[in-house]
Amino acid sequence: MSQPFRLASGGRIDRSRKLTFKFDNRVYTGFHGDTLGSALLANGVHLLGRSFKYHRPRGILAAGPEEPNALVRVSRGPGPATPNLRAPTVELYDGLVAFSQNRSPSLRYDVGAVTDRLAAVLPAGFYYKTFMWPHGAWHRLYEPAIRRAAGLGRAPDGPDPDNYTQRYAHADVLVVGMGPAGLSAACAAAATGARVIVCDEQPEPGGGALSEPHTDFVAASLAELAANERVTVLTRTTAIGHFPHNSVLLVERLTDHLERLASDAPRERMWTVRASQIVFAAGAIERPLVFSNNDRPGIMLAGAARSFARRYGVAVGRRAVVVTAHDAAYDAALDLHAAGVPIALIADLRTIADEPVQARARDAGIRVETGMRVAGTRGRMRVSAINLVSVGGKSETVACDAVLMSGGFTPSVHLHSQARGKLRFDAAMGAYLPDGSVERVRSAGAARGVYAMADIVRDGTEAGTAAATGAPGTPVPATDPGGGMIGVAPGTPNTGPRFVDFQNDVTEKDLHLAMREGFRSIEHVKRYTTTGMATDQGKTSNMNALGIVASALGVPVPQVGLTTFRMPYTPTSFGAFAGHARGEMFDPVRTTATHEIAAKRGAVFEDVGQWKRARYFPRDGETMDQAVARECRAVRASVGMFDASTLGKIEVCGPDAAEFLERMYVNAWKRLGVGRCRYGVMLRESGFVMDDGVVGRLARDRFHVTTTTGNAASVLAHMEDYLQTEWPELDAWLTSVTEQWAVVAVQGPSAREVIAPLVEGVDLAAFPHMSVAEARIAGFDGRLFRVSFTGELGYELNVPAAHGAALWNAVAEAGRAHGIVPYGTEAMHVLRAEKGYFIVGQESDGTATPDDLGLAWAVSKAKRDFVGKRSLVRPDMASADRKQMVGLVSVDRATVLTEGAQLVSADAPLTSLGHVTSAYHSGAAGEPIALAMLAGGRARIGEVLLVPDPGGDVHVRVTNPVFVDPEGVRLVA
Amino acid sequence: MPDITLLEPVTRLVLRGRPGTIEAASFGVPLSPEPSRSVTVGDRSTLHLGPDEWWLFAPDGDRDAIVAGLAASLANTPHSLVDVSHRQVGLHVAGRNAATVLAAFCPLDLDLKMFPNRACTRTVFSKADVMVWRRGADAFHVEVARSFLAYVSYLLRREAAWQAMV
Repeated sequence: MSQPFRLASGGRIDRSRKLTFKFDNRVYTGFHGDTLGSALLANGVHLLGRSFKYHRPRGILAAGPEEPNALVRVSRGPGPATPNLRAPTVELYDGLVAFSQNRSPSLRYDVGAVTDRLAAVLPAGFYYKTFMWPHGAWHRLYEPAIRRAAGLGRAPDGPDPDNYTQRYAHADVLVVGMGPAGLSAACAAAATGARVIVCDEQPEPGGGALSEPHTDFVAASLAELAANERVTVLTRTTAIGHFPHNSVLLVERLTDHLERLASDAPRERMWTVRASQIVFAAGAIERPLVFSNNDRPGIMLAGAARSFARRYGVAVGRRAVVVTAHDAAYDAALDLHAAGVPIALIADLRTIADEPVQARARDAGIRVETGMRVAGTRGRMRVSAINLVSVGGKSETVACDAVLMSGGFTPSVHLHSQARGKLRFDAAMGAYLPDGSVERVRSAGAARGVYAMADIVRDGTEAGTAAATGAPGTPVPATDPGGGMIGVAPGTPNTGPRFVDFQNDVTEKDLHLAMREGFRSIEHVKRYTTTGMATDQGKTSNMNALGIVASALGVPVPQVGLTTFRMPYTPTSFGAFAGHARGEMFDPVRTTATHEIAAKRGAVFEDVGQWKRARYFPRDGETMDQAVARECRAVRASVGMFDASTLGKIEVCGPDAAEFLERMYVNAWKRLGVGRCRYGVMLRESGFVMDDGVVGRLARDRFHVTTTTGNAASVLAHMEDYLQTEWPELDAWLTSVTEQWAVVAVQGPSAREVIAPLVEGVDLAAFPHMSVAEARIAGFDGRLFRVSFTGELGYELNVPAAHGAALWNAVAEAGRAHGIVPYGTEAMHVLRAEKGYFIVGQESDGTATPDDLGLAWAVSKAKRDFVGKRSLVRPDMASADRKQMVGLVSVDRATVLTEGAQLVSADAPLTSLGHVTSAYHSGAAGEPIALAMLAGGRARIGEVLLVPDPGGDVHVRVTNPVFVDPEGVRLVA
Repeated sequence: MPDITLLEPVTRLVLRGRPGTIEAASFGVPLSPEPSRSVTVGDRSTLHLGPDEWWLFAPDGDRDAIVAGLAASLANTPHSLVDVSHRQVGLHVAGRNAATVLAAFCPLDLDLKMFPNRACTRTVFSKADVMVWRRGADAFHVEVARSFLAYVSYLLRREAAWQAMV
């Protein structure tokens, strides 16, 4: 018979929509509105998984996200499946495919269960004490084996095929939770006109009220919220963490519940909500009772059984026994009884006199016994009986297929605690309650120990109004816990393992062992035993562990401490954190105006920061080395063209512009003539080189500053920082123009002939090296620089960026008669290395002074001050054995060195003298060349050193770093 | 689903100078006195984007005349005037959900009360910098540096499509 445990009526399921699903390859049916957990229970399936350490058969404990046992893997067909989903939170859809975990070969016959019989030799922390010998075996043998045996679920082994998105949102009031407290708070806040966001992790709002006779209240509240356009209601949305300044991360599950998906619809949306005020109405979690063999399938929380009956129309068994220390279990018993599930007995652990709640149960014909103790349970794959001991010592075994337990409720203070909220232990309530926070947060309802429906509604309303208006509000006092206990009931017989943390298989005995080992703080006990760890974070176990430790140590509960409530509240997809930033959209890809042209020519690109720059332009069949050699030859012999657009550009304007640059750079600027350029070096305060670049003076009060590609943003920020904080009196302003200009460098002996027909308004014959002019270039208003990073006669043509491609084409056309060749960054690197020009970040590493790089000539001696000047006079900054930039040539004239390789001397081969920073084959030099930073390098010119290399030591001769045209005659041609 | 369109080229100038004197600038539109607000007259606008910084928008062909007029009116006033017409491009994001599509990437509060018409500010868009300028309840002008256009427009379009699905 299909769904034999489905009640004849009731539940919030749609019985007209029958769904088929598979669990461990068996086909079952359920209804729309079911969870995987409720549907399996409807089919009488309680055995859902094997426990973490002992592989004990486990079933459903809870009806919500606090479920520690029933972890399943859900597959959407080919591709990675999602592990560790909690069956009672997985919404059922037609065709759902799920598998149990942590078992082999099958759920019923699990070889791992042998560990259960070995439990005596596998106590808590066993891996700290055993497996110590022989030396090294831990890493080789034991740890890999333990890690294979442990762990929950199976990690996906392919990339996540799903899409994820994110959203920022702002609210006057954020309400977490849509139980009666949250709904009341949201309605009250919204009624003041506030902008409200309210979220709940479940598919249907209502929280606990959905399992109680309060669904009309839920419907009315939701209608009120839906009618208010300032309210955003988010279901299937978990608040996973609170961060400073009332930032809360919400994860909204968009498509997991759908049978069919739009092709690339995102699976989840992570919200970052900034809220002026927050109301935490996260409710409370029912606690299990700690007794021997309290983990058998069929033993579950009383509230969970009530939810399955009222919300899903499912009977959790044919004959149930209720064991409780809290009044709430009576309501569960009465509901089940009314639904036709026989309740064999309510065994109350408390020795209380006749209370109204007990009278109601007895009136309904349910047997009630008080002062009872649970001596154990029977049944391996499903509970079959419970052993009880009465207050008088009489034993009784009651046959049953479900045990419903309640130890009371633990307020959910996770988010409050993350919000730097203090907690107060209320001994009468037996609970930690929220007690103030530095953030603008408050809790309402069961999350702060208020349990009666009328009180919850009043408390939520007060909280919502107070949050929206800033009034202090009058929270309802948390006074009536309805019973409850933590730890083990006194006098409970010990006849088998008494589980405290079901997910981590931690027993009461493990906690006692930890204390015998000397652990006192709950933080230490937690780490030693693993209680309260992993995905579950101790939702059902923390308070019981605290109670056991406190009572064993004979101290009040607060003295044992409380573990940290870490985010995320429930396991969260990595994809949700990544959002759009995956694959090709991980980072912006910036391209220049000539990118398409270069791509069409077959250019090979390299990443320079976020930029794509053409590295070389291979002609058919050429290797990189061949292409680079050809490009270099062309520049030295005739002419080459190069896209230099990515260099940073800053326009510095104002009457004090020259004074400002005077202070920022080591060079002198005030006497630089209009229309002239100078190579500038910029230091940090530390005296080390930060950046370099050519600066052109366009007018008395206008400079065109260039920076390296990678430092464009940081140089602007560095300058702006000084301008705003150190010298606000200067009338100088900075404007980034990096992307205003497209730049084509034309370099080589024929450069002048190539650009002559393109330039109007400048007499190129009277335009010396290091000049700048505003000119018409290829028909556009541009800026012409005569500068060189190759050692050849060179120009840089700047035109407004949208015209970059047109400029490139015009230069290519004009250069055709001269055999112009486009070259890439690799040739540029070789050409500049041949001239001994350093590159920031390649030769320099943030600890190089100007002198280390051979730039002492640039440092003005006349200036009173500049950024970094004071640091340069420190003795160590002038030390003769600092690493200095030198050239290297391989003695065999054939080996190209490895960049980053160390330099040593033959007589002290274990002492590094420096390292190779750049190494290329140089066509112009006719041999491999390299640049290096070498201790006392300039004094070592002529020496032969060794570069250790896996292929054998390479002998190198230290040289001057300028390999080509040391007199610089080509520059001024 | 909002429309996302690339705007025609315009003249963009960055004018910087000290409040109290820089108002002498003659542009045909007063420099917006309120921070993070714009003033528009006809086809020209001024956007107040920093304590001493205004962006000036005008039609593409007006640049030379505007620069000459500003230079004349500010001849005796320390200032910086830089043409950035090509530095950026403009995207028009308009239609239902325009604000929520932007909110996928931009942490600003774009509620009409907090960020009303005429509001403008530099902000971040995922890993890019942008300037967002509200032109209507459901209309935004997004200025993005030229090389980030592909990144920003792709993300906007994909998010718009996704929001239409879920």
